[in-house]
Amino acid sequence: MAKRESTFLNMFLALFGVTFIAAFTLGFVYEMTRDAIDISKVKAQNDAISRILPEFDRLDDPLKVPDESGIDTLEFFPAYKNDKFVGVAVKTFSKSGFSGFISIMAGIDNEGNFSGYQVLEHAETPGLGSKMDNWFSNAEKPGQCVIGKNPESYQFRVTKDGGDIDAITASTVTSRAFLSALVKAYNLYKEKENEIAGNPGE
Amino acid sequence: MPVIPVNKTDIMDHWKNFSKGIIKENPVFVLLLGMCPTLGVTSSAINGLGMGLATTFVLLMSNIVVSLIKNLIPDKVRIPSFIVIIATFVTVVQLIMEAYVPALHKSLGLFIPLIVVNCIVLGRAEAFASKNNILSSALDGLGIGLGFSFALVLLGGIRELLGSGRIFDITVYPENYVTLLFVLAPGAFIVLGYLIAVINMINKEKE
Repeated sequence: MAKRESTFLNMFLALFGVTFIAAFTLGFVYEMTRDAIDISKVKAQNDAISRILPEFDRLDDPLKVPDESGIDTLEFFPAYKNDKFVGVAVKTFSKSGFSGFISIMAGIDNEGNFSGYQVLEHAETPGLGSKMDNWFSNAEKPGQCVIGKNPESYQFRVTKDGGDIDAITASTVTSRAFLSALVKAYNLYKEKENEIAGNPGE
Repeated sequence: MPVIPVNKTDIMDHWKNFSKGIIKENPVFVLLLGMCPTLGVTSSAINGLGMGLATTFVLLMSNIVVSLIKNLIPDKVRIPSFIVIIATFVTVVQLIMEAYVPALHKSLGLFIPLIVVNCIVLGRAEAFASKNNILSSALDGLGIGLGFSFALVLLGGIRELLGSGRIFDITVYPENYVTLLFVLAPGAFIVLGYLIAVINMINKEKE
């Protein structure tokens, strides 16, 4: 078959045909994968929550609370066991990581201490900032661990800034961002404690 | 009875179309194409493998489709048509990865959509698939893709081994002895430089 000439009509038809088929294909694949993508997102989130909170048997729908800037919101997932409030998972974030945005799911138990955390999203340097995945939950090194602590009895700043938490070696910026995200979650929780925790039965 | 002419030179040609991409015309080490993902994602072997295979799929599919419709596309609009075809396959890969391998999708992040502008893919469409038949184009796409994957895994593996003491996430030696530089950007350039030198040496010896 000879090659088509570059006439206006041929060019129009070729581009129209290519884009039409492309759009059709993408729409089809999008429809096919949409449910699976939603499921895997929810699953990742639920896995994170069950790892960072004390045992619970009911998790309420998230409560969205705007932060001090008024633009962004933090999500609070209150958890209950036998209708008794056991803690809350907070989806918090910081925009001041070494490579920008960091999203963290932090657990606060009913005594107001951090019970765990899981980094959901980050772009920190592998081998440096990315160590925050388990640096701050290492129970063998109390100087860097945030589990069981709260920002009222401890200074949630890195030791270099006069705080009580040891920063990740060579990743002070990441550590600062991480701690500020936790403090943000804690402060908002304290502010809205009654709203978040005060819903034992349904 | 019609005989499909399969002779020895045909098979040799096909084998050449496939195998040239792996060492002789390796897109990374010899053609020096696609440097952005090469340097960006190879902080670990598994990232390199994921990126390589995703690119291989896109290359294979876009080469087949471009070769299939090469006569329907007028010359003046061929580049936009090729890019739309490539972008479609990239988006398909991205959606499928997000749905079924979310962990890998998360760690490759920004680099998946960037396969669209990876010049290897457009380069093969323009330089090879738009001039050859479907079988040769498919073999070319597969070969170049596997060559790209091979390069990324090698680069990622060496950087991961030297920079974090692990390979494919299996600890080889304690983290106290690692040279962190290798998982950072300068390490990518250093390792790539040495690998290019080695591949050049191998290709020279073959001649």
